[in-house]
Amino acid sequence: MTLAADEVRRLARLARVALDDDEVERLRADLSTCLDHFRVLAEIDTDGVPPTAHASALESVERDDVVRPSLAAEEVLSRAPRREGAYLRVRPVLDPE
Amino acid sequence: MSVEGTIDLDRTAHEHARALRAGEHSAVELARATIARIREQEPAIHAYITVSEERALADAAAADGRLRAGDAAPLTGIPIALKDLIATEGVATSAASRILEGYVPAEDATVAARLREAGAVLVGKANLDEFAMGSSTEHSAYGPTRNPWDLERVPGGSSGGSAATVAARGVPLSLGTDTGGSIRQPAALTGVVGLKPTYGRVSRYGVVAFASSLEQVGPFGRDAKDVAALLAAIAGLDPCDSTTAPVPVPDYAAELGRGLDGLSIGVPDVLFEGAEEGVREAVEAAIDLLAANGASVTRGVQLPTARAALPAYYLIAPAEASANLARYDGVKYGAGDTDGPGLWDEMERTRGAGFGPEVKRRIMLGTYALSAGYYDAYYLKAQKVRTLIRQELDRALAGHDLLLSPTAPGPAFRLGERVDDPLAMYLSDLYTIPANIAGHPAISTPAGFVAGLPVGLQLLGRPFEEGTLLRATAAYQALTDWHTRAPALALAAGGAS
Repeated sequence: MTLAADEVRRLARLARVALDDDEVERLRADLSTCLDHFRVLAEIDTDGVPPTAHASALESVERDDVVRPSLAAEEVLSRAPRREGAYLRVRPVLDPE
Repeated sequence: MSVEGTIDLDRTAHEHARALRAGEHSAVELARATIARIREQEPAIHAYITVSEERALADAAAADGRLRAGDAAPLTGIPIALKDLIATEGVATSAASRILEGYVPAEDATVAARLREAGAVLVGKANLDEFAMGSSTEHSAYGPTRNPWDLERVPGGSSGGSAATVAARGVPLSLGTDTGGSIRQPAALTGVVGLKPTYGRVSRYGVVAFASSLEQVGPFGRDAKDVAALLAAIAGLDPCDSTTAPVPVPDYAAELGRGLDGLSIGVPDVLFEGAEEGVREAVEAAIDLLAANGASVTRGVQLPTARAALPAYYLIAPAEASANLARYDGVKYGAGDTDGPGLWDEMERTRGAGFGPEVKRRIMLGTYALSAGYYDAYYLKAQKVRTLIRQELDRALAGHDLLLSPTAPGPAFRLGERVDDPLAMYLSDLYTIPANIAGHPAISTPAGFVAGLPVGLQLLGRPFEEGTLLRATAAYQALTDWHTRAPALALAAGGAS
């Protein structure tokens, strides 16, 4: 199986990763090789087997609702690539047109 | 000659602890000598992304205060390196990725905080494959780490820096993380001990997340005693990580002297498939030795689905990674491309420039496995296979205390040999992945050499029975001296007098 370049570009948009044409070609080949190898899973009988999402046996862990110190706003904001006063600055989310 | 020049850096942590208590030298002197040796070795092995001299000297001064006051814990004054995926307050934490360039955490990860409370001395942040994705440490944005046993070879990965610096006698102890073998495989390839705890044994709070259902933080050291002490310092319930288990932490040190009598060890043939001849011979010799000294060994333990652990893992882990790494958007912290015309465009550019090739490959693979039309055939199928593997391991461990195998199919491979062949790289994790899939603890300990390169022996145990792993490792180490062998690079280094 070989993934189409358009399929790789569609996945890259879903993952929000910019790729150049060389990367698209490279990923086409790499992903196809891996997915071919993963086909061995189809040969395993899993009828009636429940999926495991987690190695932990814990369920619905609760904790006491107590106030504890959190990071100061300035500590957090000082790590942003772009800020304005007490806000994170970003480009428009919606296309202005 | 200064005091620092006379300190024996070939000591284990427990030997250092004794010397500190005996007043042979101070913790500050030990920290200075350690950093001098690390700086001397760095051009050859590049085990560190950051050497935290300022923090180390402050930690060491505090440790000297505790030593003087008679308030020292086992790790007080002991130099330690942390994989640069573990957040450290005031010390840059990069995950070996460009996307976290310049990021300095505002607080410690729980494991880092616990080590600080124990009085350990943080000397640096160890190199790794970017976001812990890799088996060779070649996928670091800061360049590869080299194996102290042969500088043309990889140290394994992803915790390659943590393993290499312990092997080179840079530090006696370090922490790594293990998502599919990232502690055990580099431990095997560099000739040190590495332990992956049971899922939920150690807090992941403040550890950069790759595959949250699989990964654990764990110790590297040179003998069972040191690894037991480090695990004891970091293990246990953490209110900040709801996946930590409310299971008491046993006295691991008390397990070390119990010997092999009454231990039942199962040998699954499937975890020998594809092993190189020299690796197989070394592990067979270990089996004979354990059997001759009190362990009962059973061959032919069946784990039929273990072969499928690798493909299941390489669907589950990338799927979780694609979700976990969505947070790196260049808005809140880290590197951000701020020249794009719109928000989405900026995000794509930030991520396109910030992530390396292996991280992109995994994000894409995970996005594919989770996307409409493929979810059932890949991700859901992998999760069902995960259930089967776990059931098989539980069945095998109902009749045996431990399962024994090689840690990796071969010794350290050459730099560049697999870096462009993802599938060949992924196959280095064949024997280590089942423990992560099931959540069980496992340890790798040195068990011989092939053409001058270390071979690792893996022991896998029941959940929360790390004590049994350490007990068997201590007994094996009492019968062998593989774990005391040092690479020529470490012996040639200055420091020891």
